[in-house]
Amino acid sequence: MNEQLLSVILTIITASTPLLLAAIGELVVERSGVLNLGVEGMMAVGAVSGFGAALLTGNPYVGVLAALFAGALLSLLFGFLTLTMVSNQVATGLALTLLGLGTAGLMGEAFVGQPGVHLERLHVPGLSDIPFIGPILFGQDLMVYLSFAIVAGVSYLLFRSKAGLIIRAVGDSHQSAHALGYSVVGVRYLCVMFGGACSGLAGGYLSLAYTPQWVENMTAGRGWIALALVVFSSWLPWRIVVGAYLFGTITVMGFSLQAYGIGIPSQLLSALPYVVTILVLVLISRNRALMRANTPACLGQPFVPDR
Amino acid sequence: MRLVLEKRAEASGRMAILSPIIAILLTLVTGGIIFALRGLNPFSALYVFFVEPLTTAWSIEQLIVKATPLAMIGAGLAVSYMANVWNIGAEGQLTAGAILGSAIPVFFPEFQSPFTLVVMLALGIIGGMAWASIPAFLKNRFGTNEILTSLMLVYVIQLVLDWLVRGPWRDPKGYNFPKTIAFSDWQMLPSFQLIPPSIGPIYVNLGAILAVIAVVALAFMMGRTLKGFELRVQGVAPRAGRFAGFSREKTVWFCFLLSGGLAGLAGICEVMSTVGQLQPGISPGYGFTAIIVAFLGRLNPIGALVAAFALAISYLGGESAQVALGISDKTARVFQGILLFYILACDSLILYRLKFIGRTPQLAEGRA
Repeated sequence: MNEQLLSVILTIITASTPLLLAAIGELVVERSGVLNLGVEGMMAVGAVSGFGAALLTGNPYVGVLAALFAGALLSLLFGFLTLTMVSNQVATGLALTLLGLGTAGLMGEAFVGQPGVHLERLHVPGLSDIPFIGPILFGQDLMVYLSFAIVAGVSYLLFRSKAGLIIRAVGDSHQSAHALGYSVVGVRYLCVMFGGACSGLAGGYLSLAYTPQWVENMTAGRGWIALALVVFSSWLPWRIVVGAYLFGTITVMGFSLQAYGIGIPSQLLSALPYVVTILVLVLISRNRALMRANTPACLGQPFVPDR
Repeated sequence: MRLVLEKRAEASGRMAILSPIIAILLTLVTGGIIFALRGLNPFSALYVFFVEPLTTAWSIEQLIVKATPLAMIGAGLAVSYMANVWNIGAEGQLTAGAILGSAIPVFFPEFQSPFTLVVMLALGIIGGMAWASIPAFLKNRFGTNEILTSLMLVYVIQLVLDWLVRGPWRDPKGYNFPKTIAFSDWQMLPSFQLIPPSIGPIYVNLGAILAVIAVVALAFMMGRTLKGFELRVQGVAPRAGRFAGFSREKTVWFCFLLSGGLAGLAGICEVMSTVGQLQPGISPGYGFTAIIVAFLGRLNPIGALVAAFALAISYLGGESAQVALGISDKTARVFQGILLFYILACDSLILYRLKFIGRTPQLAEGRA
């Protein structure tokens, strides 16, 4: 039983990490007042780039870096359109998702059915061998620790540093931030690229650790769930952890219930995370006071300086 | 040197017409570069991709088949997006319509009369509307973001479809393939001869005719009725819409039911013509491609009809390029994505003009 519980917990962690990575990146983007709906597309391209780079070099960490850069590069395209060309952010985000999914499908054709390179779990002699706690706390792969480090870093950056103050100012009132002499577009470019890099990493984690292989549409809506998680968190970094692990748990529960072969059709269990996403969104958005207090005031609004 | 946008005194009418054309040309150039990088002759590859689908009667027939759902859904989405209602779950509403309409052949295979056709089409519309009413209700009642909910529902209904055709609705004599019984006679859309055999012959099915009717009706509504004016005001100037007393809630309902119903109709038409039974993968992403159609058509129903043909060409071209050039049919998806990017970029040039300025800020010029 202990063995089983341990393996379930380990699976939950691997299922939650990509959601955590993508959502924390998007949180920073939205805090700066930009809504990037292209998370799913950037994840897909990150997944295929990470897989390909790891396969070619045999080194999973090269894959991780490739995923990161691919995501950031794609987000730059989004940045150019929405920030420089002031296009509609919703439409451009959708375009990014469509382009990303298409590009990933095309790039990945050569990789279908190839055995992937697995991002191995770390092993700290002594510590990792502690029964039960050891593998959970000290036996994860690097990205799991990195995901928590990013959350901590973002939390510090946003609420304890001047840079964070500027980011939040840009997101809450871009005209005032501009009047104070901050480069609204510059700050937003950086945030968008950070979000892209995180989405890329999230995708890379899917194809390097979660299921080390390339399957088309392997992101399976996780980018969209990550977007919902940002709303769920009411734009507070640590709540992203709660949300991501909640969803990771639900996903894994679906699979485990299938394995136990209870009477519910497997498709309906697979639909669980999507249904829960909708329920959670409803519960959160019912609380309009909370939504109004934390939603970045300029979210999704284009910015053109009045000189 | 720095690139900045400068607001035009008024929207440029010339750019409004030119922007989709420029976007298509830029996509072709980009496509040519991609082909060249893959070691193909860009001109012959582009010919195969974008011109060949127009050269035979058979391929024009196919073009209409593919443009039909795109135009139906795209016109509905164009109206929605115009009113600032973001239904991006058309793919799910398409699936819901296909499922509900297919209930007739599955449960009443013997029911065969012209009435069957009407009932199935009506159920298709109702199915799409029902699925679209969920995000509309949640948006109005709880303020839930309709983008996320409508999209999540796509995954849910696709899994429901998968379950139905593998489980309770599977054809018992179908050798365990995940599909329902094949539709027959009045459960299929009738075809009409559009162009006589002396030239063509080109046949179109009832779906294409319904699509044209829908597009014309929506164009009339948007251009000539108070409802259309109300929707446009809410899109362009939401505050003015509020002062005018237009109900936002009603608009959300209207747009979702309209675009969902059309997507459902497109779904049932697909299974009643091209597919001929209910099975997973009834649509190659028409519901998502229709988003591009709506934007390429400048959020205008007639524009969406024209844009539907442009996107249908890319689908067909993708297929023929796969056969003739050995390149993946997924290339079409990439082209579609690139096209949408170019459209959005070009659309900015309607309201703004591009300007290169030097490194030094020019304080003297303009208002301080």
